[in-house]
Amino acid sequence: MEEAVTKPTKKGGGRLCCICNKRRAALKRPKTLEQICRECFYEVFEEEIHRVIVDNQLFKSGERIAIGASGGKDSTVLACVLAELNRRHNYGLDLFLLSVDEGITGYRDDSLETVKRNEVQYGLPLKIVSYKDLYGWTMDEIVKMIGLKNNCTFCGVFRRQALDRGASLLKVDKVATGHNADDIAETVLLNILRGDIARLSRCTSIVTGEDGPIPRCKPFKYTYEKEIVMYAYFKRLDYFSTECIYSPNAYRGFAREFIKDLERIRPRAILDIIKSGEDFRISTSTKMPEQGTCERCGYISSQKWCKACVLLEGLNRGLPKMGIGRSSRGLNNDPKKDKDMKQRNGTKSIENKQCGSLDF
Amino acid sequence: MQLTLEFGGGLELLCESVKIHKVNVDPPNGAEKFIMKDLLSWVHTNLIKERPEMFMKGDSVRPGVLVLVNDCDWELSGQLDTTLEDKDVVVFISTLHGG
Repeated sequence: MEEAVTKPTKKGGGRLCCICNKRRAALKRPKTLEQICRECFYEVFEEEIHRVIVDNQLFKSGERIAIGASGGKDSTVLACVLAELNRRHNYGLDLFLLSVDEGITGYRDDSLETVKRNEVQYGLPLKIVSYKDLYGWTMDEIVKMIGLKNNCTFCGVFRRQALDRGASLLKVDKVATGHNADDIAETVLLNILRGDIARLSRCTSIVTGEDGPIPRCKPFKYTYEKEIVMYAYFKRLDYFSTECIYSPNAYRGFAREFIKDLERIRPRAILDIIKSGEDFRISTSTKMPEQGTCERCGYISSQKWCKACVLLEGLNRGLPKMGIGRSSRGLNNDPKKDKDMKQRNGTKSIENKQCGSLDF
Repeated sequence: MQLTLEFGGGLELLCESVKIHKVNVDPPNGAEKFIMKDLLSWVHTNLIKERPEMFMKGDSVRPGVLVLVNDCDWELSGQLDTTLEDKDVVVFISTLHGG
């Protein structure tokens, strides 16, 4: 790595690293408030993630693992750190980069260029799956048809499945995603704000979907966003940082800002919100959606048709509102087709959801 | 005095997509030194061309924007009270854009 030039400075009294007591401190850790130097930071950052992986048995030797790679900071740092830990600690993993091309000109095409460079930089084979190939529609085409309202619903639902389909093409055992502690704290809050008990109870799990086709895990569950960005900055990692051109992201944006405000006053708040999420007990009288499979494509679904099929049907029939909100127009809500569906009125959990890139 | 300012993590989009700015600044009238607080208001006035709320909140940076002075976290140097000197390098990185 190219070391940034550090000139001697009087600032902060040139305080020494509280771990090595030799070098000048370069950052304050949000998790512990320790002041540490760059070298000790790399060490504790990487080894903490190693501990999380080992303690939670996220991987087994010989497994094929796909890293969900968007080209953004989290997945770029995840690819870099996993490749390094796999070497250093002999995990015995076959690592791959898996990217989803939503078909958003001026956004995803640029970020995919970053992922292609990462493929070379970290020596990890890359697989790209596109909405166009999987669904016959790019996000650009979908937005042209439905406008800028609810577009994030389409994108989020499609991305979730696309990642699973890409993972099965790669024949991997698990997908690792770059969700960090800040993301998870934010999602806990959002699920509380939405009253989404099903998601609230699973959003803090470090491994999800073990009953589904391909489990997912979050090695950064306890890793602060600040440290991820600092790591990327100090190591001069190549990542892409542009907001999606179609994402208004209002509701999640408020939750995010609230969390960042809390973090400034008391950085522990982030880990404490995750802890609260983990410790919630769902009352037994709460009705949880039952897991089944989509009659049309076979994907996991709590409804007759999975959300992607409902949305796709709407697009292809020129009724893009189908499956959005609580309207009774959705296929799954047709009382003639299925009495049970009427009772569940299933689309509640999806309505008003903004950008789905952080879906769990 | 001359400073080098670097904007990253998407903040460069607020200043016409230019990441690195070499600027000349002077302490405000009557002041002996130039501190980060002065720099933020200078940047707000002179460099930020759109959506200033993505960069500032109150008189500081928006929470979620990391600041480094000569590659050192500004939380170690006194944040807004950090004194700047000639040839210092100040980096602003947003953590708020996609992952």
